[in-house]
Amino acid sequence: MGAAYETINFKPEACDGCNDCMDACAQAKAQSDDHLQSRIQIVPSGEGFELALCRQCGDPECVLNCPAAALAKNAGSGVIDWDGSKCVNCLLCTVGCAYGGIAYDSASSHVIKCDMCAGAPACVKACTTGALKHITAGRIYNEVGNLEDLFVPGLSGCQGCNTELIMRHTLRRIGPDVVVATPPGCIPGMGSVGYNGLTGTKVPVFHPLLTNTASMLAGVRRFYKRNGRDVMAVALAGDGGTADVGFQSLSGAAERGEEILYICVDNEGYMNTGMQRSGCTPYGAWTSTTPVGERAHGKTQDAKNLPLLMMMHNCAYVATASTAFMEDLYDKLERAIQAAKTGFAYLHIYSPCTTGWRYPSDQNIEVARKAVETNFVLLWEFNPGDGLRLTHPVEKARPIDEYLEVLGKYRHLDADQVAHIERSLANNLARIRGFVAARGSASV
Amino acid sequence: MQHTHYLIVGASHAALSALHAIRLHDAEQEVTLLTRDDSLPYSPTVLPYVVSGRSNPERVFLRDEGYFAQHKVTYRRGAAVRKVIAGENAVELADGSRIGFDKMLLATGAAPLLPPIPGLAGLKFHVLRKLTDALALREALPRVKRAIVLGGGLIGMHAAENLAKAGVEVSVVEMQAHVLAGYFDAEASAMIEQVFTANGVRLLMGSSAVSFSAQGAGCRATLADGTGLNADLLLVATGVAPVTDFLAGSGIETGRGVLVDEHMRTNVANIWAAGDVAQARGFFTNERIVNGILPDAVDQGRIAGMAMAEDPGSKIYAGGVPLNTYSFFGQQAVSVGVHEGALEPSGVEAMKQVNSAENRYLKIVLKDRRLAGIFGVNAAFDPGIMWELILRAIDLGDEKLAFLRSPQDTARALMSKNWR
Repeated sequence: MGAAYETINFKPEACDGCNDCMDACAQAKAQSDDHLQSRIQIVPSGEGFELALCRQCGDPECVLNCPAAALAKNAGSGVIDWDGSKCVNCLLCTVGCAYGGIAYDSASSHVIKCDMCAGAPACVKACTTGALKHITAGRIYNEVGNLEDLFVPGLSGCQGCNTELIMRHTLRRIGPDVVVATPPGCIPGMGSVGYNGLTGTKVPVFHPLLTNTASMLAGVRRFYKRNGRDVMAVALAGDGGTADVGFQSLSGAAERGEEILYICVDNEGYMNTGMQRSGCTPYGAWTSTTPVGERAHGKTQDAKNLPLLMMMHNCAYVATASTAFMEDLYDKLERAIQAAKTGFAYLHIYSPCTTGWRYPSDQNIEVARKAVETNFVLLWEFNPGDGLRLTHPVEKARPIDEYLEVLGKYRHLDADQVAHIERSLANNLARIRGFVAARGSASV
Repeated sequence: MQHTHYLIVGASHAALSALHAIRLHDAEQEVTLLTRDDSLPYSPTVLPYVVSGRSNPERVFLRDEGYFAQHKVTYRRGAAVRKVIAGENAVELADGSRIGFDKMLLATGAAPLLPPIPGLAGLKFHVLRKLTDALALREALPRVKRAIVLGGGLIGMHAAENLAKAGVEVSVVEMQAHVLAGYFDAEASAMIEQVFTANGVRLLMGSSAVSFSAQGAGCRATLADGTGLNADLLLVATGVAPVTDFLAGSGIETGRGVLVDEHMRTNVANIWAAGDVAQARGFFTNERIVNGILPDAVDQGRIAGMAMAEDPGSKIYAGGVPLNTYSFFGQQAVSVGVHEGALEPSGVEAMKQVNSAENRYLKIVLKDRRLAGIFGVNAAFDPGIMWELILRAIDLGDEKLAFLRSPQDTARALMSKNWR
């Protein structure tokens, strides 16, 4: 397995051309005020700005083009290292790079390129507009990649589905001392409970009824605890099994403070059985039971806010998370695992459904990202001591159309329906902000 | 007979790029790499710097044994291929042994072309293509006072510069009117020549040697105009040509090089060719060309490797674009694409900015608002972006004037927008 690396991300729409990044780079790398010495180059483009910077490519052409072995991809840091003692100044690397990421600098009489400042890029620190971002999520993948994958290879999820990512990552992090419950839904459907008497995991897994997931896990946890063993009881369940059919046992377990980690993978419906609506299906969405035709125009009710309901149980830990924000997801997973040792922990992970929501299968993470950036879903966490906190507040939300228009299940929406969705989102945001404002007072 | 799934003949850029592409897709099946040299892989391009001492010959290797072990590659040194056996999927080595293969890549490169000048054959002279050539030249250098460099191409000019820096009195003899005629026009070449002249290199342009004779330990050249030149070192750098004679009788079609299609496949099943030995389609011409430059060898090697490994992501070769970079006495010359003379005249625009005082030159050739060529001496632009603009045939549209005014920034912005 290749390693994952850190990168510098550029958002052209956020760049105002202040050039602070170039000042910082030229200072850091050449103690100079000359922008030509900057390894990062912001260039004007029409009304906006664009970027030339070493991409630290995974399969770098500059390295293959170097006749002197002066360039090499550093397997540890991922940075393409330049060795001045080997470089012969032939400039062939600049022919190989299609990004303007390595260029001749007449002041230093050799090529210069970004070295990521040993993991703390000066340009990003200097950027005040949010156009540059240092993406360090690679660290997570490397760390988790070294942990044992507790699912078998070849789970048969739909193409582009992020649920497999959620399952493998969470269980890797939780580790082998676990009993997993996967009630009916996509997760057992893609093979996690196994076939023909063989399980799809390397740890004990069982297939409860939709109705009794939380109560069975409560018994499993109590049994092991009584026998002196610290075995985690984990549910990997869908939103239907959690919000509707399984809610009675879930609510009871949460209220009793059972030591369970309950992970709800929310794809807004009963997707594996033919895309029926659930209590988590949002207003206006097409499903096979909220059809679109002459009279019907998708679901006529709003989704219930399941994580908020769980918060009202005063659980030891409740959080929402998105696979477009893995660092955030990992922080929450970590806290949820800790919380489940002494109380009920509930993690609600949004899972855009390529099949049931009808969008191209390569767009899953982008859809997840847009859901957050339009405030369609809010990322927050709660514990009884500190109350509710937004972990990824979106100050300037993108227009909701940017989210709705990529999803086939909303293609039929008329202006009134969009207005309804906007109202619902505004109400939801106001409600959550109310809880944020109440932090540290009423929530204990 | 030894058998291997993939046989790669050659060990420089095209071969290593193909190997890399094969291993990205096929981590298991056996790969054997053959080199005629006794060393680890190196690039011919680095050799002038080995001569000058800038590059340590122990540190120029492009891969080490660890790389081959890690990627399960059998690397065989001193294994020159004598012939390809028709119809048998096998080659015969110089020592008479045979190796069978399922798929073979010919990446054997090119060899110095020696001009048929009377007296040359009997003389002790140098060429610069192999590491052993570079070491021999470097070893001879301390005893040399005067040198003749035959040929004003890239290798000749690199060598002339390094000889001059070592204190040698150098004369470059070139038949063409200007140095580096393949890449730069007369005006740009003249700027390069001026730098050489200022650094004490004697450039004899438009002249040719008609005979050579031995003179003590050195030699004497007689030029077409009757001038005599004495030297204690002669470097023949009159160009290189693909080595194809070992393919006689193999059924593999050759022209100037080994003829290949857009997947770098020869006419014989299971045999590919890439790099300086290959003759593949040109980007600006319908004819197949030998585009003997390093970045193209990397490109062709990757395409061949992907095709050989049956990588479903296999690409089609876009066609060779002439390009080169050249540093001399701390200055830079870069050439990407073609001059207007190589294009159908309709829709062609050429723009040139020259600043003689600063030895700065920039020429841009557009065809139907798309970049066809850009040439610079001490001019700032990113050759890799320009190459990509040509290959993608990006319509400069409204950006045309901005591009002519400021090619580097405009091209960077186009790049950032177009291949995000």
